[in-house]
Amino acid sequence: MINIVFWFFVILTIVAALMVVLSKNLVYAAIALLVTLLGVAAMYVFLWADFMAGTQVMIYIGGILILLLFGIMLTHKITSVRISHTNVQRGFGALIVIAIFAGLAWMVNITPWLQIHSQEPQQTVHDIGILLMTDYLLPFEVASVLLLGALIGAAVLARKES
Amino acid sequence: MNIFLQYTLLIYFLPLIAFGVQIFIGRRLPRQGDWVSIGAVLATLVLSIALFAGMLLDYNPNFKQNFSFTWLETANFKISMGFLVDNITIIMLLVVAIISSASHIFSLKYMEGDPRYSRYYAYLSLFTFSMNGIVLANGFMLLYMNWELVGLSSYLLIGFWFEKDSAANAGKKAFLTNRVGDIGFFIGIMLLFTAIGSFSYGDIFAGVAAGKITGTLLTLAGMGLFLGAVGKSAQFPLHIWLPDAMEGPTPVSALIHAATMVAAGVFMMVRVFPILSPDALIVIAYIGGFTAFFAATIAITRTDIKQVLAYSTVSQLGYMILAIGTGAYTAAFFHLVIHAMFKANLFYGAGSVIHGMHHALHELDDHKTDAQDMRNMGGIKSKMPVTYWAMIISSLAISGVPLFSGFLSKDAILAGTLALVNRTGAHYILLFFGFGAALITAFYMFRMIFLTFHNEPKKPKIFDLIKESPTAMLIPLVVLSVLSIFIFYTLPNFNPLSDQGWFTHLVEQHESLVPGHINPSVHEIEESLHHSHFPAMITSLIVAGLGLLLAWLMYFKKFISAEVWARRLKPLYNLSFNRYYIDELYDKIIYQPFLKLADWVAYLDWDVYDKYFINGIGRVTEWVAKIVGIADYEGLDQEIVDGFGRSTQRLGNSLKKLQTGKIQNYVLYAAFAIVILLIIQML
Amino acid sequence: MDTLQVYLILAAILFSLGMFAVITRRNAIAVLMGIELILNAANLNFIAFARFGGMNIGGHIFALFVIVLAAAEVAVALAIIINLYQNFNSINVDEAQQLKQ
Repeated sequence: MINIVFWFFVILTIVAALMVVLSKNLVYAAIALLVTLLGVAAMYVFLWADFMAGTQVMIYIGGILILLLFGIMLTHKITSVRISHTNVQRGFGALIVIAIFAGLAWMVNITPWLQIHSQEPQQTVHDIGILLMTDYLLPFEVASVLLLGALIGAAVLARKES
Repeated sequence: MNIFLQYTLLIYFLPLIAFGVQIFIGRRLPRQGDWVSIGAVLATLVLSIALFAGMLLDYNPNFKQNFSFTWLETANFKISMGFLVDNITIIMLLVVAIISSASHIFSLKYMEGDPRYSRYYAYLSLFTFSMNGIVLANGFMLLYMNWELVGLSSYLLIGFWFEKDSAANAGKKAFLTNRVGDIGFFIGIMLLFTAIGSFSYGDIFAGVAAGKITGTLLTLAGMGLFLGAVGKSAQFPLHIWLPDAMEGPTPVSALIHAATMVAAGVFMMVRVFPILSPDALIVIAYIGGFTAFFAATIAITRTDIKQVLAYSTVSQLGYMILAIGTGAYTAAFFHLVIHAMFKANLFYGAGSVIHGMHHALHELDDHKTDAQDMRNMGGIKSKMPVTYWAMIISSLAISGVPLFSGFLSKDAILAGTLALVNRTGAHYILLFFGFGAALITAFYMFRMIFLTFHNEPKKPKIFDLIKESPTAMLIPLVVLSVLSIFIFYTLPNFNPLSDQGWFTHLVEQHESLVPGHINPSVHEIEESLHHSHFPAMITSLIVAGLGLLLAWLMYFKKFISAEVWARRLKPLYNLSFNRYYIDELYDKIIYQPFLKLADWVAYLDWDVYDKYFINGIGRVTEWVAKIVGIADYEGLDQEIVDGFGRSTQRLGNSLKKLQTGKIQNYVLYAAFAIVILLIIQML
Repeated sequence: MDTLQVYLILAAILFSLGMFAVITRRNAIAVLMGIELILNAANLNFIAFARFGGMNIGGHIFALFVIVLAAAEVAVALAIIINLYQNFNSINVDEAQQLKQ
């Protein structure tokens, strides 16, 4: 049963990602991205990363995706017939990307991965919290400054010059 | 913390703090900060007196406190430094503090109005600090550091008026001459360190007693240490710097070049006495005796008042060294202390006279007459009564007249020499040196007194303007005159003819630690001293009286004409007047050959090496460069380099089409490159 | 689903698709979506390695930071895109060819 659910999410993620890439309608692409991100969040659940799954849903879907949609809306006239776009250099690009994927897949297959099978933890939030406040305190603080900087930077950049 | 350690640290570091304050902010302080230095040195005086009083109350000859801390530690060896406080240290600390305080107070007026007044006090403080370091050191490490530091402050103070060429040169001479001695000192220390592995006196004494270093090596080490003392204490043949050092301000001459620093060599010999081998001791005795006599003969013909005192200092230091050589090291240290008092006093007296002369000359607007030349003085006894009496007292002391301090110590030294001769039945020449020097000393000291203070004034115009010096300069004179009286050194005995007292009791003779008992034991020395005491005393009294009488006849009563005798003994007179041509000799055998060698090397370097070799290489390089230039331009540039340029241009033109300005194209190329890399990796 | 390779292959697919979007899409926002896909692929790798490396929470922390960076990046990128739109009246990447000059 779990297997079926797992493979369902895998397929869903891949199909949605394909739609993100190939869809002519930008809004559809954004919705497809939503599905992809949800699929990845599901993968996180399978990987016992409960907190990360929650974060994925909260920030990616709740924040970033909304931001992207806003971007689409702001840069296209709502009245325009359809918010679509075309692709360029598809043939050569596809070739290259397939080659890269082939390389990656080959690498994944031939590498003898060391896999430690450990007990599924009750929850990860506790450990993440401790780590963030001890070993990763400095990066944590720097990240907060970075966010603030990005916020101000974005506001400055997007402001209409008057 | 141990009370002695507290005192020691305070005494050691207070002058250093004063130095730091003075050198950095001295000029901006009120009165240019002289009170900082004086305060520091007076504090050390109070502390030293406290220590001294404690020593007298304790009255323990074996008192000893050792404080050591590790300075450097490696896998192979450990260097520790620290302080050693015993009776010798305490007495010496007091001497340094008294003379140093006197100098500081004397300089208040003497150096008044000098443009580098605060700098002067800074240097004095630096000197006091380093001199205390020498006294307090418990081993060669700290001793050597401070040894060099006193050398530095001496250099700075001799050349204090460096606008005068002679002062600058004198400073340089003192420094360089001392280097010669210090090399020997360093070698001696390193010999001991290599053999024993420690710098501290205690360890070295134990090491020598245990026979870790013996025979010739020990003698060599002792000679090395002695060479350091020869440099610092201006013994023959390195005595040449001390008379020149009189270029410094007179309080400096009194402090550094009469009482304390030059005595550091003797002090160090006193400290290391137990490890000196018999061979080394004999050499030391001969050098000391010879210096005592030799310097005294030079002093006879000096006309500069400070030069007389300078040679007398060399001579007296020779006495101390002689006493160490004969094994009577208590006598050496005794003489060191007493000499410090009366010699500093003499220098302050001379300073007072010079100060008076300067003022008179200044008022006359006379810049040609030498303020220090005794031929310009005479009769100023009536003008400067305090100075006169102070000079008289200290001259009596240095001449070895009973009731004054010098008698006690000089007598002890002469007795020691006589005892050595009696013990060994040899070395009679040392007796000649010792008593001869005593006679000459009495003679030249009173020559100086009579020439300066008695008879008719030779320059009446100057004479009329001379005034007694201000109180600040007279205080040290009075204090030191009082300290030149016997009673302070013989207590609790009142016998002016015997040197027995607290001093001889508290500073006890060390047994020699050199294995094999070749040196006479302390008991033997004391026994022979006891026997020699009386004859030595009689003889020294006779010779001192003779010297005094001769001076009186020659320069006071003028029964005997000095000029006539100078003519009759022309060769001897010339020898003395020209200081035995030692400086000229050094000039001939050291400086001139050295300069010639330098000239020759310069010739070799410039005319031979530079002109033919270097310039030859230059010319060859020039030809080669021309050929290479042609090859480079015609061949390389035109064909290869330009060829590269052209092909790059062609390539660029074809690649230009790739640059579309579209970011996605670039990403595609990058991805393509990754694929290629992946393929390469896979293969 | 209990092997590392499955997740790595999935991540590789997401990465390739994101790459494809970055290379071929003309619309800047679509390019941004491709970048999001790439970042998600990286995150998936982090967490998969964390899970199969003995449940090492350090991987989660890194993924967390990547998400933070993604948020900052999207904010700034969108601001740039809006600027672009105001200047060119279009957000098609291939029309912004100033680099060529």
